[in-house]
Amino acid sequence: MFPAAFDYAAPATLAEALSVLKQRGDDAKVMAGGQSLIPLLKLRFAQPALVLDIGRLPGLAGVKRDNGHLTIGALTRHVDLERDTELGKTFSILPEAAHWIADPLVRNRGTMAGSVCHADPSGDWGSVILALNAELVAQSSAGERMIKAADFFKGPFATTLRPDEIVTAIRIAVSSAASGGSYQKLERKVSDFATVAVAVQVEMDGRKVARAGIGLTAVGETNIKAVAAEKVLAGQEPTDEVIAEAARQAAAAAEPKDDIRGTAAYKKDVVRVFVQRGLKAAIGRAQGGKA
Amino acid sequence: MSSTAHLHGGIGDSIKRKEDGRFLRGKGNYIDDITLPGMLHMAILRSPHAHARIKSIDTAAAGAKPGVIAVVTGELMAQHKLAWMPTLSGDTQAVLATDKVRFQGQEVAAVIAETKYQAEDARDAIVVEYDILPAVISPDGAKATGAPLIRDEKEGQKDNHIYHWESGDKGTTQAAFAKAAKVVRLHTFYPRCHPAPMETCGCVADVNPGTGKATIYMTSQAPHAIRTVFALVTGLPEQNIRVVSPDLGGGFGNKVPVYPGYVVATAASLLIGRPVKWIEDRSENLISTGFARDYHMTGDLAVDKDGKMLALRVHLDSDNGAFFSDAQPSKFKAGLFHIVTGSYDIPTAHITADGYYTNKAPGGVAYRCSFRVTEASYLIERLVTNAAIELGIDQAEFRMKNFIQPEQMPYHSATGWVYDSGDYPKAMNVALEQLGYDEMRKDVEARRKKGEVTGIGIASFTEVVGAGHGADFDIIGLRMFDSAELRVHPTGKAMLRMGTKSQGQGHETTFAQIVAEELGIPAMDVAVEEGDTDTAPYGLGTYASRSTPVAGAATAMVSRKLRDKARKIASHLLEAAEEDLEWERGKFYVKGSPDRAKTIQEIAFAAYTNLPEGMEAGLEGVHYYDPPNMTYPFGTYAVMVDVDKGTGQVKVRRMVAVDDCGVRINPMVVEGQIHGGLAEGFAIAFMQLITFDDDGNCIGSNFIDYLLPTAWETPKFETGETVSPSPHHPLGAKGVGESPTVGSPAAYVNAVIDALSPYGITNIDMPVTSDKVWAALRSKGVTE
Amino acid sequence: MKVTMRINGTERGGDVEPRVLLVDFLRTNLLLTGTHVGCDTSGCGACTVLLDGEPVKSCTMLAVQVEGRDIKTVEGLLQGGALSPIQVGFHEEHGLQCGFCTPGMMMVGSALLERNPDPTDEQIRWAISGNLCRCTGYMNIVKAIKHAAKMNQEAAKAGSHAEAVPAGGGE
Repeated sequence: MFPAAFDYAAPATLAEALSVLKQRGDDAKVMAGGQSLIPLLKLRFAQPALVLDIGRLPGLAGVKRDNGHLTIGALTRHVDLERDTELGKTFSILPEAAHWIADPLVRNRGTMAGSVCHADPSGDWGSVILALNAELVAQSSAGERMIKAADFFKGPFATTLRPDEIVTAIRIAVSSAASGGSYQKLERKVSDFATVAVAVQVEMDGRKVARAGIGLTAVGETNIKAVAAEKVLAGQEPTDEVIAEAARQAAAAAEPKDDIRGTAAYKKDVVRVFVQRGLKAAIGRAQGGKA
Repeated sequence: MSSTAHLHGGIGDSIKRKEDGRFLRGKGNYIDDITLPGMLHMAILRSPHAHARIKSIDTAAAGAKPGVIAVVTGELMAQHKLAWMPTLSGDTQAVLATDKVRFQGQEVAAVIAETKYQAEDARDAIVVEYDILPAVISPDGAKATGAPLIRDEKEGQKDNHIYHWESGDKGTTQAAFAKAAKVVRLHTFYPRCHPAPMETCGCVADVNPGTGKATIYMTSQAPHAIRTVFALVTGLPEQNIRVVSPDLGGGFGNKVPVYPGYVVATAASLLIGRPVKWIEDRSENLISTGFARDYHMTGDLAVDKDGKMLALRVHLDSDNGAFFSDAQPSKFKAGLFHIVTGSYDIPTAHITADGYYTNKAPGGVAYRCSFRVTEASYLIERLVTNAAIELGIDQAEFRMKNFIQPEQMPYHSATGWVYDSGDYPKAMNVALEQLGYDEMRKDVEARRKKGEVTGIGIASFTEVVGAGHGADFDIIGLRMFDSAELRVHPTGKAMLRMGTKSQGQGHETTFAQIVAEELGIPAMDVAVEEGDTDTAPYGLGTYASRSTPVAGAATAMVSRKLRDKARKIASHLLEAAEEDLEWERGKFYVKGSPDRAKTIQEIAFAAYTNLPEGMEAGLEGVHYYDPPNMTYPFGTYAVMVDVDKGTGQVKVRRMVAVDDCGVRINPMVVEGQIHGGLAEGFAIAFMQLITFDDDGNCIGSNFIDYLLPTAWETPKFETGETVSPSPHHPLGAKGVGESPTVGSPAAYVNAVIDALSPYGITNIDMPVTSDKVWAALRSKGVTE
Repeated sequence: MKVTMRINGTERGGDVEPRVLLVDFLRTNLLLTGTHVGCDTSGCGACTVLLDGEPVKSCTMLAVQVEGRDIKTVEGLLQGGALSPIQVGFHEEHGLQCGFCTPGMMMVGSALLERNPDPTDEQIRWAISGNLCRCTGYMNIVKAIKHAAKMNQEAAKAGSHAEAVPAGGGE
C-alpha cells in the first residue's frame, strides 16, 4: 500500500514555503514529520496534488523560553518534548502527554504542531494546548497572526488555519503562580488512539485554585475545553466535593459516541474518573509534590 | 553444559539455533524477498460489500493504465474452469467471484502489471456494479426464517446450514444429568480472531512456458498437500508442479489453506508466460485469509452432592463464513472439539455441533491450536471455574477432586480419546507452589477488604496434538503421517529433509538434535531442509503441533534405520560380530574393548569406500511415520489480575505457566514456544477481535483496529515444567507450540471472573476489554 | 526525483517518484531486503531503520525526505564482518523465532543502547513498544537487549570493542 502520485516540494526557507502555499495552498498538504499525513496518503484517504515538506526549514525546531512565554517550534518532535528535562514541574504535562503519543518510532518523527494541525479529535496535543490556553503562531506571506487554542479546532480534521498559512510555533504563557498538570490517557495498547484522555493544568493561589484548564480527548467532534468544569474550580479550595463537581461538569461537556472502544456512557464516566485523578495529580505537583 | 555437549547437541541440550545466522544478518529469504527475471506484480480487487450480486465489471480503464499486462476476472478464470476451487473441508470456494460476492474482502478481479505501484494504481480503476443484498453475520442470523440464502449456487443447498455433528453418548448423559445435585451452565462466545503472523501471505508463481513446469514459491505450512491440491484443481501433472515454501515469517495456521491469490497468480503466469508475484497487504490478510474460532458454545456440567463431576453436555454453533474451508481432519466436522472433557474424569458426555454459512470470510484454521481444541479447552476450563465459584469450592480444590489420576493412564475419555500419559495433580501442585497460591489467596482477600478488585484464575488444560493415526485422521483423504529422509555424506556430515515446514519453531536445530541423539552426528553437522516439494519427502506439513510428534518421530526412526546399517558396516570394519558391538552416541565399539571402535564418521566414509560384500552403498534412508496415537500435552496455568474500578482496565500481575510436553528436545526452543503462545493467549483473552457491523463490514481489518499486544502490554511469564513422556513416541516427546494458546485464555479470563465474582458476575466474553469490565461492574453498582 | 543518502556508511542514490516509500526504495531499488513490511498502517515496526541514529518506520517516510541524511539498516549492523553485540544478544538469548520482526527489533535495541547503555526491563519494553513480535512473547527479546548491553559494558571496561561471536554455523 502506497500513496497516489503527488508533486513534492521541500523549500529551504519559510518565505519560499509560504509563497508556494500562496499559489497552491488549496490543493496542497503541509508535511512536517509526516506521521499523520503519510498513513492517510497510503490509504489514499488524502490525495493532495502537492505535498509541501517543511521538514527542512531552518529555525523551527526546539523549545525556547522568552518574554514570559514558552515557544515550541513547529518542527519540535514528540520525542524532544518527552525527553525535555528543562520543562520542570510547571510544564510536566508536556513530557507526560508526549510519552503516551503513538509509539516510540512515531515520536521520533512526528511533531507537536503537525499533530495539532492534523486536528484529529483523538489527538492528545489538542487537549493539552486547550488546558494550557496556548496560542498558535500562524504565518502566511501576508504576515503573522496568533490563534488561541480555543479558537483553532473547527471539527474533525478541520481548523481555522487558512490554506496559505503554516503554523510555525505553539506559544504558552508562563505563569508565575505555582502550576502543575497531568495527562491521563486510556488506550487499549501502545500506539492506539485514546479511548478517552484528559489534560489538566492548574495554577494555585495558596490553597485555592486560581485557574484550571481542562481539555478532553476523543469525546467529541474536536478536542473539548471543559469550560464549565474549569469555572467550578476557579477561586475554590479543591475539596473532594469541588473536584467531584468539576469532574461531573467535564463529563457533561463530553459528547462521545458508541464505538469499538466502548459506549458513550463508558467514555463519559472515564472522563469523570480522569478529571478527578488528573486534578489531584496536578494540584499535588503544583503544591510541590513530585513532578 | 559442557562444551562437548554443546557441540554434540543431543536431546535435552539448549543449543543455540542453527538458523539464526541468516536472520540476524537480514538475509532471511521470505516470499517478498524473491525476485525473478521478468517478474510481474499482481494486485487483487476485493469486494467492498458482504453480500451483493455482481451486475457488471468494467476493466477497460484499468487495462489502459501504464504498465498493465492483464486484468483477470472470474469470467476469464471460468473459461479455464478455475473460477471455483475445492476447500480442505470438501466444499467449494470462489477463486474470483462470478455471480455474487459473499463476504467483504472477497476476490473479484486481479491486475497484473510491471510494478506493484502500477498494479495497485490500475486496480483502483476497475469499475464494478453491485446489487447489494442483506448480509448474514451470525449463526442466529443464518438460521432466521427468511434469511438470505448465501450459497444459492450450490445444488441442493436450501438454507445456510452446513453440517450437524455429534460425539459421545446422549442417553447416558441425559441419565447422569437427571441424577445431578447441581447443574452449572455457561453460555459463552469464543469470538473470531486471526493468527496475523508478522509476514502476510503471498506467492511468486513461475510457470516456464518452455517446459510447462510450474514453480510456485508460496507462504505455505503444508507445501506437499498444496502441490496435490494444485494438481487436482488445475489438472497439471503433479511432477510438473514444484511448491517451494521459503522462510516463513510466522504462520500459526494462517498459512495452511490454499488462497485464491495463489491460484490466480499461477494461472496468470501460465497465461502470460512470465513470473507473477502476489503479496497481500495487511488488510487483505486480515479480511480474507483463514480466521479462527467463532464458536457460540453452551456447556452444562452435572455435579453430584460431593462435588464430583457426573456428565458434560455441550452444544455449539459454528460460524464458518461463506465457504466451509476449515483446515482440519475430514472425519471431524468440529475438529478435535470433542476433547472437551479435558483433564477431568467425567464418566459421560454428549456434544452436538452445527455449522453455518455467514457473509464472513471463510477459514476456521487451527490458529496456534490443534483443530478446535482451543475452543474446547476454553469452554471446560471456564465452566469448571464457574462451577467451583457457584458451589463455593476453591477452584484448585475442585479441579484436584475431579482430575484424571496418573494411574488411570492410558485413559479412555467419554468421547473416545485415549490419553497417553499425564500427572495432572502434580502439574497443578507445581503451579500452585510456584505462584504461592495460599499466600496469594490471602493477599486477594486482604485487598478485597480494602475495596480493590482482584482475583486469581486457573486453567488445567489437556491438549491433543500430533495427528494422525492415519486411519482416523486425514485431510482430503491424505493420511496424516509425516516423513524424514536422512542422507549421511562420506565425510560424516548429513542432510535431513522432512515433509514439515518451520515457520520459526526452530526445526533446523531441533530435528538436527534428534539425529545427533540417535546417530551421534553433531547437530551442527546436520543440515535440515524443508519446504521444497522437489526435494523433501511427502508430508502433511506443520500445524496443530504435529511436527515433533510426527516428523520428529520419523526423524528418530530413520536415524535408527541408518544406525542399524552402520552397525553392519562397523562389524565389517572391526571384524567383530554385530551382537558383540556396543553403541555409544557417535560410535560402535567392541564389548569389553572400548578402544576398538569406529565413529559414525568413519562408518559413513566406509559406506562409500569400504563396504561389506553384497551391501548396497551409501548411508541414507527415508521413514514415513504413522503415529499410533495422538500425544496429550497438558499443564496448569495460574493468573493474577487487578482491575481498575474506574476504567475497567485489567492488569495481569502474575502469570505462572507449568507445561508438561513430555521430553523436551531443545528446552530453550520449547520455552520460547511457550512464551509466544502465552502472549497470543493473552492477546486473544484481552485484545484480538475480528468483528462485523450489521452490514457485514469487517471491523479489525488493520493493525489499528485488530489489536496485537506490544512488549508493554504483554505480561511477564513465570514458567515451570513437569515431564510425563509419551509412551508411544520414540523419544517420549509431545507437541508444545500450541499448548499455551490453548490453555491460557481461560486462565486469564477465569482470573477476571474470580475478581468480579464477589459482585455476582459470571461471564464476560473475550476479548475482555475495559469497557466490558466497566459495564459489568457498573451493572452491580461498583464505581470509583 | 533524484535522491541521494548515506546507507550503512555508503552514498547511495536513485531516481524515484516522490510517493515512493523509503522501505520500497530500500527493498526494491537497493535490494536491501532485510527491512520488512508487516502492515500498511504504521503499526508494526517491521520496517524500522535508523535515521541519523534514531529508529523510525521506513514505511512512513518518503524516500525523498531522506535526501542528504543517514540511514542504517540491519545489513549495516555487522562490525568488521562479525556479529555486533545486539546480534549476538538475539542469538544467545533466543530472541528470535521466525525472524521477521528481528531486524526492526535489533535496530531499536541498538539505538536504545546508544542512548541508555544500561536499560531496565521496563525501559526496554517501552523502547520496543512500537515493534510487534508474534513469536517470542517478548521475554527473550528483552533478555537479548540486556545481553548486548552487558557485552557493551564489558567491552567498555576492557577498553575495546567486544569480541563478536560468530553465529549460525549451519548457514
